[in-house]
Amino acid sequence: MLMRRNPQLNAHGELIHLLSIEGLPQAVLTQILDTAGTFLSVNDRDVKKVPLLRGKSVFNLFFENSTRTRTTFEIAAKRLSADVINLDIARSSTAKGESLLDTIANLSAMHADMFIVRHAESGAPYLIAQHVAPHVHVINAGDGRHAHPTQGLLDMYTIRHYKRDFTQLTVAIVGDIVHSRVARSDIHGLTTLGVPEIRAVGPKTLVPGDLAGMGVRVCHDMAEGIRGADVIIMLRLQNERMGGALLPSAGEFYKSYGLTPEKLALARPDAIVMHPGPINRGVEIDSAVADGAHSVILPQVTFGIAVRMAVMSTIAGNQA
Amino acid sequence: MLELDAESLYDELRQGVRSLLADGSRPDAALVGIWSGGAWLAERLQRDLGLPGSPGVISSTLHRDDFNARGLAAGTDATALPFAIEGRHIVLVDDVLYTGRTIRAVVNELFDFGRPASVTLAVLVDRGGRELPIAAAYAAARIALPAGQRLRLAHAADGGFSFAVTTGS
Repeated sequence: MLMRRNPQLNAHGELIHLLSIEGLPQAVLTQILDTAGTFLSVNDRDVKKVPLLRGKSVFNLFFENSTRTRTTFEIAAKRLSADVINLDIARSSTAKGESLLDTIANLSAMHADMFIVRHAESGAPYLIAQHVAPHVHVINAGDGRHAHPTQGLLDMYTIRHYKRDFTQLTVAIVGDIVHSRVARSDIHGLTTLGVPEIRAVGPKTLVPGDLAGMGVRVCHDMAEGIRGADVIIMLRLQNERMGGALLPSAGEFYKSYGLTPEKLALARPDAIVMHPGPINRGVEIDSAVADGAHSVILPQVTFGIAVRMAVMSTIAGNQA
Repeated sequence: MLELDAESLYDELRQGVRSLLADGSRPDAALVGIWSGGAWLAERLQRDLGLPGSPGVISSTLHRDDFNARGLAAGTDATALPFAIEGRHIVLVDDVLYTGRTIRAVVNELFDFGRPASVTLAVLVDRGGRELPIAAAYAAARIALPAGQRLRLAHAADGGFSFAVTTGS
């Protein structure tokens, strides 16, 4: 009988692709976080570059736009000494009718060693990972509503940096959870790392009922959702993914679920406020909170580069 | 069976490093221990030689030449150098000198932090088998160990050192 293995792991249980946090063992997550800590200190050196990926070619394949995520992957790859090729794929081959797998086959013929893939369709990075040569590695940089594992890992890194121990924490994820691949990746990461209380906070239209099955407490009341929280993860209201009348208006949403200093006072006094960016001031978060003492939104961006360096060097060093 | 008394070798290493620091060619030299065995040695040398501050710790992880075959080493500590490298005389300390590849990697790592005035190597045991043109300025013992054997320094809770010889990689 054929054993069905997690496609992200090789026969020794080592990470060869990063497609989703779901199903990864705690030890794999912890090792990436530990490695990221090493890479964070590379910023303090005269030479802010290490040679681990020297001679390797990393292709940024963004079928869906994202300047920030693409840039942080590019910086991470360059700090590892890789050659980085950015393809404006949405406007080139795909527009000419080439299939996804034909695009990958062509880029592989150009000796790609790693693909960083963002795609509007959930599962596209899995399809690519199944068809690349054994020495080629794939990282999911966000697929549809499914997963955004490097954002999830940098969120875990940020929480560990400020809170040290996951096993005593209450984490509230607030906002547009139904459309959020970040929320899904965060929930899988927090669960695997042993966070005892994860709350999904938002209106019924944006917080799906099936989340309770993921071990999450669903709160439709903001005060109940953030009271006593150690960590608050605010999500962006994703206008571009929102077809249909899920919300009366952005103003209504802000009144009920926008994070203001008054609402933040319900959380623990040492609570941290996170946001994957880009933030919509006055829609999901008040400027006084985004720029305030509890906010760790900009450190998240810095940690994101170190975490992406850790993911790339971990998978590049493991053989299929 | 090979018997190596790590504690008496440490006494000799301490004398050897004391001479390296005192011979006038390396004023204000700083100790940097190679993770992990060398870092234990450097910490104890710093104390026993009455040197001020803490020694540096350096890791070979980011410059290893076997990364493509073996990947990132898990559970290694990061480099931590609590002083400026630029213009400083550095005495690298390690437990076992073998192929020389770790030394090559940590010298590269060191240069990512600045240009040292000089780099000198002191080790507890030189076991032969060099694959690179690298030599220790001081070794407390020089022995020939077959390629299949591995020599590891162990560190007891009370700070004492001992050697373990194992077969296989």
